Amino acid sequence: MHAWLISDSPASRLQASAGRFYRAGGLLLRNPLAVAGVLIIGLLIVTAIFAPWIAPESPVGQNLSNRLLPPSADHWMGTDELGRDIFSRVIYGSRITLMIVALVAVISAPLGLVIGAISGYFGGWTDRVLMGLTDVFLSMPKLIMALAFVAALGPGIENAIIAIAITAWPAYARIARAETLTFRNAEFVSATRLLGASHLRIIFAHVLPLCTSSMIVRVTLDMAGIILTAAGLGFLGLGAQPPLPEWGAMISRGRVFILDQWWVATMPGLAIILVSLGFCFLGDGLRDVLDPKSAGKS
Amino acid sequence: MTAAISLNNLDISYSGTRVVEGVTFDVAEGESFALVGESGSGKSTVLKAIAGLAPEWSGEMSILGQPRGHGPDKDLARTCQMVFQDPYGSLHPRKTVDAVLSEPLAIHGLGNRSERIEKALRDVGLDRRFRFRYPHQMSGGQRQRVAIARALMLEPKIMLLDEPTSALDVSVQAEILNLLKRLRAEQNLTYLLVSHDLPVVGFMCDRVAVMTKGRIVEIAPVDALHHGDFTDPYSRQLYAASGG
Amino acid sequence: MTEPLLSVRDLRVTFPTPQGPVEVVKGVSFDLGQERLGIVGESGSGKSMTGRAILRLIRPPGKVTAEKLAFQGRDLLSLPEREMRALRGARISMVMQDPRYSLNPVMTIGRQIAEALRVHENLSRSATRARVRDMLEAVQINDPDRVANMYPHEVSGGMGQRVMIAMMLIPEPQILIADEPTSALDVSVQAQVLDLIDTLVKDKGMGLILISHDLQLVARYCDQILVMNAGRVVERCAAGELDKATHPYTRGLLASVPRMNEDRDTLPTLDRTAWEGT
Ligand SMILES: Nc1ncnc2c1ncn2[C@@H]1O[C@H](COP(=O)(O)OP(=O)(O)OP(=O)(O)O)[C@@H](O)[C@H]1O
Ligand SMILES: Nc1ncnc2c1ncn2[C@@H]1O[C@H](COP(=O)(O)OP(=O)(O)OP(=O)(O)O)[C@@H](O)[C@H]1O
Ligand SMILES: [Mg+2]
Ligand SMILES: [Mg+2]
Repeated sequence: MHAWLISDSPASRLQASAGRFYRAGGLLLRNPLAVAGVLIIGLLIVTAIFAPWIAPESPVGQNLSNRLLPPSADHWMGTDELGRDIFSRVIYGSRITLMIVALVAVISAPLGLVIGAISGYFGGWTDRVLMGLTDVFLSMPKLIMALAFVAALGPGIENAIIAIAITAWPAYARIARAETLTFRNAEFVSATRLLGASHLRIIFAHVLPLCTSSMIVRVTLDMAGIILTAAGLGFLGLGAQPPLPEWGAMISRGRVFILDQWWVATMPGLAIILVSLGFCFLGDGLRDVLDPKSAGKS
Repeated sequence: MTAAISLNNLDISYSGTRVVEGVTFDVAEGESFALVGESGSGKSTVLKAIAGLAPEWSGEMSILGQPRGHGPDKDLARTCQMVFQDPYGSLHPRKTVDAVLSEPLAIHGLGNRSERIEKALRDVGLDRRFRFRYPHQMSGGQRQRVAIARALMLEPKIMLLDEPTSALDVSVQAEILNLLKRLRAEQNLTYLLVSHDLPVVGFMCDRVAVMTKGRIVEIAPVDALHHGDFTDPYSRQLYAASGG
Repeated sequence: MTEPLLSVRDLRVTFPTPQGPVEVVKGVSFDLGQERLGIVGESGSGKSMTGRAILRLIRPPGKVTAEKLAFQGRDLLSLPEREMRALRGARISMVMQDPRYSLNPVMTIGRQIAEALRVHENLSRSATRARVRDMLEAVQINDPDRVANMYPHEVSGGMGQRVMIAMMLIPEPQILIADEPTSALDVSVQAQVLDLIDTLVKDKGMGLILISHDLQLVARYCDQILVMNAGRVVERCAAGELDKATHPYTRGLLASVPRMNEDRDTLPTLDRTAWEGT
């Protein structure tokens, strides 16, 4: 199996791409921080999938007799002002976080990628118009803009996701454009045009694949920021609505008790820090693997 | 017989600046014609104009008797292909040889991909092992073979070769030149070859045009290289500098 | 001169691969004074890697080791990265093999050359512009003002190479490593550019390492020649004696060059089994 994967003259397309993943994976796993990142993200995913089995209690079940209990053997992270088990809420909260992250990535990265690639590939007027639009979005602080969108669309988790996605794409469009500019005049693009390929085909089949690796790195590194923005919206009461166990919203509720019952705000805060760190580590590791040029700063 | 390539009084510009002026020549079908000359004199530009990559031209141009439009076009792709100067830049860095060679087949909806690719690899003398390699896993000479194989995928009649061996070392150059010569004999191809190396031209071509400062100053049969009987002063100078 | 400009002993470059480490340069040694050293050899023999290793430009995971790698007595391998950066370009510079890849595709040529100059010398705007102009003229670019405002993809292959040479010569380095600097140039421009480099060697005492696959060219412009094959130096000789070379590999290379009055139908190619094991 190992020999099959690392063969330098694979016999089929399948073997070639399997080998590529295997090698990239091997490189990634040689970097301790990246391994930490992979473990944390893996943990997040497993937790989200198996939340009902992991969590000892319901995330929304109130029990007013157990209000604001400190961490103990029964309640590992203590309970909140309505007597809900914070550990269970944090576990269920991972689902929301994962959903936010995934949806934002699915919406904004491809959008930014396509806009940036079109802008860079055609240049001229197309470029000026699209980049003007991008600049308008870029010039406003992310959280404020997300706030404005949520205010317009109404509070709620879906609208928060849409708002964050709308504010996130311009940065990706910029990167994709910059990358496209560096090779739009390359001879392999001319060669493909000569084969009779249309502009659309060149953009999607030849230009975009070259932007994706830096995009994956960038999106992974941005995940931390996205989680924080979502938490910020939750904190301001504009994201997930109670009783949804969204981490940001939980911190916001705990704020009132921060001095006496520190665990209410701290536990979800720790979860946010851990997951953000995980994405940062993974992003750095991916950069070393996917982007060998920026790794050795010579 | 109609000429494979016929250029009449061709002027070519890039965003308004004229770089090639009044180029006129015919290349017969099955002939191998060379463009030599000063660096920056517009040799690559002439090839690009024929291929449709330098669309700002005026004059007359026809390929196999058909008048030529100004952009790259899909039908032309079947008759006329180009090999670029730089084997490092002309292959997509993230695509395997297999993907590079299937692209023309996919664009033109041709079937039998696997067989065609294997045949093309055999034609250019590459082992099957190379089929799923990436450009960075190959030497310059091997990359140039892939580029030639890509150009041959659509079975064109005319090949535009822009310094196909200048980035390669002499031993690989010899292999590629032999290969190009063999392919021409086997498939009755027409070559328009750009080179700055007169001995290479002497080996490969039947006639040679000398360019300087955007103009053709002389068209001579390749025998001129053997005896040095050029008439134009620039051609003489080039010939003398090449050690002829 | 007693001490050579550059002294290399047992230079090795290794790349780890999934199949185990691969040595692409296997123990190269030479001394370079204020003279011209040619390195020839077939594609993939490790010529470029040798050049890059001297400047510590081998990208990780590649590793460079050497018994000795000294520039004017200073050990290059133990020099901190910051000092190495100051050395690169200013004292030792390298013309890379693929000029259009090595140039920044989104910056005009004039600005890139000016940048190379500015890093090492502080000149006023207009003085910089004049120097850039002179340098472009010196490498035989006909219309320097127009070319200075062009982007790399707008110049011809040969112009790109000359731009690269201009960029590397403008800070007046003590050693120039030129990797296939003139492969896209026609003979007359090639001669003029190499004459320019030659003048710098003679007048400024620059050391030159010329990497090329063109044996005649190296024979004409160098004093000493190293022939490399598969990471090793297989033959070294004085430039004038290249045609007397004995190694079958060198002879093979010489035979595969087409001649001006070519009458052979196919060119001889290298039979790679002939010198295996040497
Ligand atoms: N995209 C472009 N935009 C503007 N000018 C260009 C462009 N491409 C080429 N030129 C100019 O056209 C002229 C001719 O270039 P061309 O590439 O045809 O030269 P060449 O004869 O192939 O030279 P070489 O032997 O060095 O490759 C040069 O002066 C070059 O600067
Ligand atoms: N990242 C890498 N990993 C493994 N091997 C490599 C890597 N980069 C280069 N090599 C190998 O190092 C060897 C030497 O390469 P080098 O570029 O020095 O050749 P060269 O003599 O300059 O050839 P050319 O004339 O084609 O430029 C080649 O066989 C190449 O395959
Ligand atoms: Mg050219
Ligand atoms: Mg090299």
